[in-house]
Amino acid sequence: MLCDECKKRPANVHITKIVNGVKSEAHLCEECAGEKGELTLFSESKFSFPSLLTGLLQTGPGIGSHVSIHDNIVDGCENCGLSFSTFANRGFLGCSECYTHFGPRLEPLIRRIHGTYQHTGKVPKRIGGTAGVMREIENLRRDLAKLVSQEKYEEAAVVRDKIKALEKRLSDEA
Amino acid sequence: MSTEAPHTDVALSSRVRLARNLGNIPFPNQATETDLAKVVGQVVKAISRVPKLSGLEIIRLSEASALDRQVLVEKHLISPQHAQGGEMRLAIVAGDESISVMVNEEDHIRIQTLLPGFQLYEAYQLADEIDDLFESQLDYAFDERIGYLAACPTNVGTGLRVSIMVHLPALAATGHVMAVLSAVSKLGIAVRGLYGEGSEALGNMYQLSNQVTLGRSEHELIENLGAVTMQVIEQERAIRKKLMTEMREQLEDRVQRAYGILCHARLMTSQEALKLLSDAKLGAELNLIPGLSGETINELMVITQPAYLKTLAGQELDPADRDIRRATLIRERIRTGREGKEI
Repeated sequence: MLCDECKKRPANVHITKIVNGVKSEAHLCEECAGEKGELTLFSESKFSFPSLLTGLLQTGPGIGSHVSIHDNIVDGCENCGLSFSTFANRGFLGCSECYTHFGPRLEPLIRRIHGTYQHTGKVPKRIGGTAGVMREIENLRRDLAKLVSQEKYEEAAVVRDKIKALEKRLSDEA
Repeated sequence: MSTEAPHTDVALSSRVRLARNLGNIPFPNQATETDLAKVVGQVVKAISRVPKLSGLEIIRLSEASALDRQVLVEKHLISPQHAQGGEMRLAIVAGDESISVMVNEEDHIRIQTLLPGFQLYEAYQLADEIDDLFESQLDYAFDERIGYLAACPTNVGTGLRVSIMVHLPALAATGHVMAVLSAVSKLGIAVRGLYGEGSEALGNMYQLSNQVTLGRSEHELIENLGAVTMQVIEQERAIRKKLMTEMREQLEDRVQRAYGILCHARLMTSQEALKLLSDAKLGAELNLIPGLSGETINELMVITQPAYLKTLAGQELDPADRDIRRATLIRERIRTGREGKEI
């Protein structure tokens, strides 16, 4: 078997990945695998995600039709000039504005990848504002419920006081 | 790597990565050199303004030698792609190498932490702290609805990729590994193994990481990976125990054969080395090989890889040279490891 990349040397590195329950295989020679970082055991997989993404864009029911409708209306991000078809080929957006510009077309794709379209994690403090505080309260409430279920009452009391303080801050600001 | 880290008999290392971008500057793939220079300028300024960050070493990759860049890659501090990146690419590293920041790789800023053993939460705390310090100086691209914006939509939201490297020789030897890993991959965890000829992963090493980055908090993502990994670790341990009681002779034979070849071979390919080191590590963890520590094996697994050998030799090596040097290196390290223990 010849290497998938260079098609010259024999493939002696065989990589199997399982992402979203989908198994993919790559057969490379040692040189090409080294270049791709596949021999570095802890590197991030580089070729699976963009290709997976492109695959989703091309085959996804609903997404494909969505793209074709919008493609005729708008093209190219106003901020960086990236076109949607370039994104679909490369798997990378050009700037933070692309998320707004291509929003209606990206949303189904992002839902497909992550199963949701709502961030619930960390918020930068300087952007945070009310939304940030509310989200922090939400996360603390979840921690609180867990601590109570584990009968760690002392730690739970600390979390409860934090929630109270944040709630007070919200009502003071309002 | 220290022995104090938890669960090192199965878990080799824990890694966290945060993807961050600056608002108003195109992502590196669409940026001009001027844009990239702006990112570099802002990051360098941020570091100079925050006393806690001042201990970090800033390396301009275009000014580093090819060999130095390769060393950064081998130590997992930067990606191979980043090493080839060219102008306006930075690697920012902490003295003990647990922290590294790539500037202008796929995203403007990638904060990475790496700790030995099972320390997912500790690795995240470290990354989170660095992130807060940068954030106090920089204006991150962030969207109220979908969180931190990344060049690739697979990283949007938390921008968090948390991963752990596990060594599963017993699960692999008994043919259970694919079943376990398939089950794991249905729980929001991506699995990656490096395969040689046949069905066993080279060195029986697998990397488990979170699949999604959006819709769950950082803590939930870490907790999910941690809980799943603990299950995998327990299963591996249970089978090791079973092998020790029910198939002791076969197990010892396999382990000692591997050890014998490692101690005496004169030529060794990287694939053979990974396979034998995996068997020897299993033996070391089960105390079947007096004088051989799991740590020695962990170190050998890294330093016998082709590029690292080249780095040690300080010159280009053809595969035949590499095989000689690899075999020699393994014999020497095992001997010094053994002597170290006797003293």
